[in-house]
Amino acid sequence: MPTRDKHGFSRRAWLAAAAGGAAGGLVLTRMDALKAALPQDPSAQLPDPTKVPGRFVSELGRRATREQPRRLVRSLALSSSSRTPLHELQGTITPSDLHFERHHAGVPEILAEDHELLVHGMVDRPMVFRMADLRRYPQASRICFIECSGNGGGAYSRTRMPTTITAQQLDGLLSTSEWTGVMLSTILREVGVRRGASWILAEGRDAAVMARSVPLEKAMDDAMLAYGQNGEAIRPEQGYPVRLLLPGWEGNAMVKWLRRIEVSDRPTMTRDETSRYTDPLRDGTARQFSFVMDAKSVITFPSYPYVLPERGWWEIEGLAWTGRGRITRVEVSTDGGRSWTPAALQQPVLPNSTVRFRHLWNWDGRETVILSRATDETGYVQPTVQQLWDARGERTSYHHNHQRAWKIAGDGAVTFGLGDLL
Amino acid sequence: MRRLFACVVVLAAAACASEPPPADSEPPAQASEPAADAPALPGHAPERFGFGTAASPERVALWDIDVKPDGEGLPPGSGSVADGQRVYEVSCLQCHGPTGTEGPNDRLVSTGDWDQWPPGRAIGAYWPYASTLFDYTRRAMPQTTPGTLADDEVYAVVAYVLHLNGLVPADAVLDAASLAAIEMPASERFVPDNRTGGSVVR
Repeated sequence: MPTRDKHGFSRRAWLAAAAGGAAGGLVLTRMDALKAALPQDPSAQLPDPTKVPGRFVSELGRRATREQPRRLVRSLALSSSSRTPLHELQGTITPSDLHFERHHAGVPEILAEDHELLVHGMVDRPMVFRMADLRRYPQASRICFIECSGNGGGAYSRTRMPTTITAQQLDGLLSTSEWTGVMLSTILREVGVRRGASWILAEGRDAAVMARSVPLEKAMDDAMLAYGQNGEAIRPEQGYPVRLLLPGWEGNAMVKWLRRIEVSDRPTMTRDETSRYTDPLRDGTARQFSFVMDAKSVITFPSYPYVLPERGWWEIEGLAWTGRGRITRVEVSTDGGRSWTPAALQQPVLPNSTVRFRHLWNWDGRETVILSRATDETGYVQPTVQQLWDARGERTSYHHNHQRAWKIAGDGAVTFGLGDLL
Repeated sequence: MRRLFACVVVLAAAACASEPPPADSEPPAQASEPAADAPALPGHAPERFGFGTAASPERVALWDIDVKPDGEGLPPGSGSVADGQRVYEVSCLQCHGPTGTEGPNDRLVSTGDWDQWPPGRAIGAYWPYASTLFDYTRRAMPQTTPGTLADDEVYAVVAYVLHLNGLVPADAVLDAASLAAIEMPASERFVPDNRTGGSVVR
């Protein structure tokens, strides 16, 4: 009976488990539902754990057998991406091994003891820092999201609006971690920035030697040279041994595997700040250096490919985030956008970090469309796709932060529902 | 707004041509208000910690590979369209196709509206500076053997790709001066970000 779609989900299995005897009338939690969605292997009948001793301690922990979330790999190419399974995660911190990837020439193999960071240009003292040097400087930690500015582009085309797309496929180029490192301002103070400097160039040690220009003001404000991620060394996929962290800005500018910072009085105009990561607008111009990620939210449950097995109480939940400080409000609509209700925001609400929102909903079993919209501390409200089309045109790229919608069918099947609202 | 960039570049070029800036320094301009989550150094922190080592000019030159629109960073050397075609056929054609439009990797030649993806958003219609093409080719191409082209070969293949886009004649030879002088069709298209948060959707 179970049918599995290409993403490995078994909607029918979940439906069957939920509607059948397994639940015994209990409303399933979403984690129960996820577990039920995994194939049931008869050989995996486990003994009563109260009657057999458990396994020993171990040097490295592992996930429960039935809890195996995975990134979604776009293609096995040097320039490619993999996406975080937003719809399978809880809270706001992304497990480091599920942090999204976007590489332009693969993941370089780098030994921290060989790594050097050169800081030069309009500075008094051009210097080379080894990792041991960087780690000796006063340290800071902060929790913030990283999002690729191409995230969400899969739901922007009027003529190709998807229906069977997961939150992971649509918005999985988003992850949140606790980052630890040295503030870039500390390092720039050490080298002595010269009068007239206004930009830095950050350059990576990958095979693309990825480079982006960043205004000095941001570099001196809250930029970090991050070498820690969620309590351990930053992962190779996230820039080991050190990356640039620019809280709230587009991920591409947070150069990974950082090997060089050049202080300058103008941007370099690299490939990834001219021909890419620029946003063509309807008036014939193209927006450049569009660094800040505007307020955005997405409901992660219920979302495709989940199925609500019965009417009644369900908790709608999702993530909201903004690169302009704090999220101040998230509203949820369960009637296709006609009326909106404030959702509960899980505290603490941190600046430039993801926020978990929740809204308890009593589904009457009728077909409807649910949406969320986020507001940030500047008063910016997550726009509709029509608002973005009006402002930027339908051929723009990047920064697709419009409201997302999910359609709940009468049988409980959930599909991406933005097209139904157009 | 795009004038703003142009002004910055012109001023920078003037600055480069004159003496290097004086060695005195002042604290860089602070952001209007330090972010609440950006911890300041404690008051008793020293002026300098002294961790790290001085980088000699030779050490800097080893890694200082970027090229700016005014030509700063362009190396000596030159290359012709004809030489570039030979480089292209050996090192580029496999990924970008016989005429720079076929792929499988990025399209190099624009054949559509500038904002149309992918036919228009290629070098001819969308790249604002020729310097970017040199910079990117030298740092990242060919994709599986990056950094292996000699500077003359980079000049040559840049010339050839610009020729495929109809931007330089078939007998063109590019060097630092002539490459920096190329005006790209998209140079006037780019404007700074005008999003500011608040109630207006831009």
